[in-house]
Amino acid sequence: MKKEREEDLELNLTGEETTSESGEVKPKWYKRIRKGITTSTTDKRETPEGLWSKCPECNYICTTTELKENLFVCPKCNHHHRIGSNEYYDFLFDGEEYIELFDNIISKDFLNFTDLKNYQKRLDEIHTKTDLKDSMRIATGKVNGEGLVIACMDFEFIGGSLGSVMGEKFSRAVDYCIEHKLPYLVISKSGGARMMESAFSLMQLAKTSGKLSQLSDAKLPYISLLTDPTFGGISASFGMLGDLNIAEPGALIGFAGPRVIKETIKKDLPEGFQRSEFLLEHGFLDFIVDRKLLKNKLHDLIVLFRN
Amino acid sequence: MPQYPNRQFLDFEQPIKTLYEEIEKLKQTAEKSKIDMSDSINKLENAIVEKRREITEHLTPWQRVQLSRHPDRPYTHKYIEKIFNHFIELHGDRNVRDDKAMVGGFADLDGETVMIIGQQKGINTKMRQQRNFGMANPEGYRKALRLMRLAEKFNKPIITLVDTPGAYPGLEAEERGQGEAIARNIYEMIRLKVPVIVVIIGEGASGGALGIGVGDKVLMMENTWYTVISPESCSSILWRSWDKKEIAAEQLRLTSIDMKGFGLVDEIVPEPVGGAHWDYAEAADTLKKYIKKNLAELKTIDPVKRIDQRIEKFGKMGFWEELTAEQAASR
Repeated sequence: MKKEREEDLELNLTGEETTSESGEVKPKWYKRIRKGITTSTTDKRETPEGLWSKCPECNYICTTTELKENLFVCPKCNHHHRIGSNEYYDFLFDGEEYIELFDNIISKDFLNFTDLKNYQKRLDEIHTKTDLKDSMRIATGKVNGEGLVIACMDFEFIGGSLGSVMGEKFSRAVDYCIEHKLPYLVISKSGGARMMESAFSLMQLAKTSGKLSQLSDAKLPYISLLTDPTFGGISASFGMLGDLNIAEPGALIGFAGPRVIKETIKKDLPEGFQRSEFLLEHGFLDFIVDRKLLKNKLHDLIVLFRN
Repeated sequence: MPQYPNRQFLDFEQPIKTLYEEIEKLKQTAEKSKIDMSDSINKLENAIVEKRREITEHLTPWQRVQLSRHPDRPYTHKYIEKIFNHFIELHGDRNVRDDKAMVGGFADLDGETVMIIGQQKGINTKMRQQRNFGMANPEGYRKALRLMRLAEKFNKPIITLVDTPGAYPGLEAEERGQGEAIARNIYEMIRLKVPVIVVIIGEGASGGALGIGVGDKVLMMENTWYTVISPESCSSILWRSWDKKEIAAEQLRLTSIDMKGFGLVDEIVPEPVGGAHWDYAEAADTLKKYIKKNLAELKTIDPVKRIDQRIEKFGKMGFWEELTAEQAASR
């Protein structure tokens, strides 16, 4: 029986470092107190051998090298760890080779939005701390020899939130697909819309849907891969609009977050609620795919769509 | 429209209530003493209108949100009754059930058939529950889409009236694919072959609003709000407290004036002095004029071009910075 991990998904959208990759809350003493220490994401990837990683689902301990070789899937319980665009691109594209597109588009604080922190300041901080420019990256390369454009979200960047930059990059990626006659894969991992961009973020739902209708007119396949977690504005737009909607096992996917639903209905949620398997059962997914099978399956699909 | 003493007053509307009470006192005195007090009563009635103007001249964003939720505010059915003739309500999504938070049907707009669709809030406690406070379930959005397709088939323009605190965040809503239902509506609405006019008549909360909110023209009534999240929820998430709703409302820039300024909506529909709840007929009359004017404009455009323009309109929305190659490299 799978134990339900409790996670405040909305909290990820605040842009504060509240959770680790595994969804565990970081203890306060773990926080970086000295300023000016910055390690870029690319450097961080090279984890020294001998470091151990504990599976948040089954507590199985293995080396990070072993975990990486296993595509960040727990060798014991098959729990799919949350990973970023770098990791997906590395194992999906042949020879880890790909061209990144539109990475010169970055967010700005048009509304001068200030919650507990100013939005621009928040953006500047993340830009200093990581190599990420926003919550979505676009890349193109070959998957077992077949050309593909992949838009992939990074949960690390304000909870993978959907803002103007994601909307614009998504749109340009569609244009690129149409121009080069390439299929489109979007890997979603997001808490929802970016509140600091207010109504502008909401309008991205319509903007991206409009672009998808152009992709559809060009008869190019659009595959939506939903990973843990995918909520709000993503599931209420392009996340659910794939020619095929597929998901990684055990991913939490929904419109409203579990906490909000619980507060609304004042009842505990059934086990497995909003998990990939639940969505498949209710008819909203075409299939669930293990990360290790993803690349070959994508290749097969591209060929089937074309022939 | 409720009349005093059945009217309800928001906290910042209390001075108006005081004036009504004074009138009431004068009327009682006049009746008892048989003295004509109509002059004083008239003066006070004028003072009420003046007070309405005064109060709404400098509204904070949060007060605007309060007005959009005013218990006496006209809802979708009221506007339908006042603007159209021969409204025939159509029910059901042909799949699960009839969602009473979403209403729609054919109606006559001065000789022209249109499809009218909108969220409906209840007018009393029992009705509010039945209407689920204007929070539609997936079948509500699917009913709306069914009606839109019906309109498209018979080449009738579509008018949607948005008034929702959000799509319903319930267990069954998730089971039946709330996200998918809204996504499908947005996707289909952007390519409808007939003219689509959207009017925010009350609350425009996030995906629940956009689920019937994609159109050639998007109008906002003066005292409404439209953004990605309610100020309360925004406060609870970003400020980790429910008490910052006023600040959240300011920061979100959710009023009709802001939205028009950003180019995210096309026009603001003026309301009667003090808000639409003071005069249903006047509110509906103004709205009707705006709908007719926009509809006449839209009908002159070729359907294919209209769809292209709709996609382009939403395609332009957003703000970002585009770095040059050198700038990008130096980062």
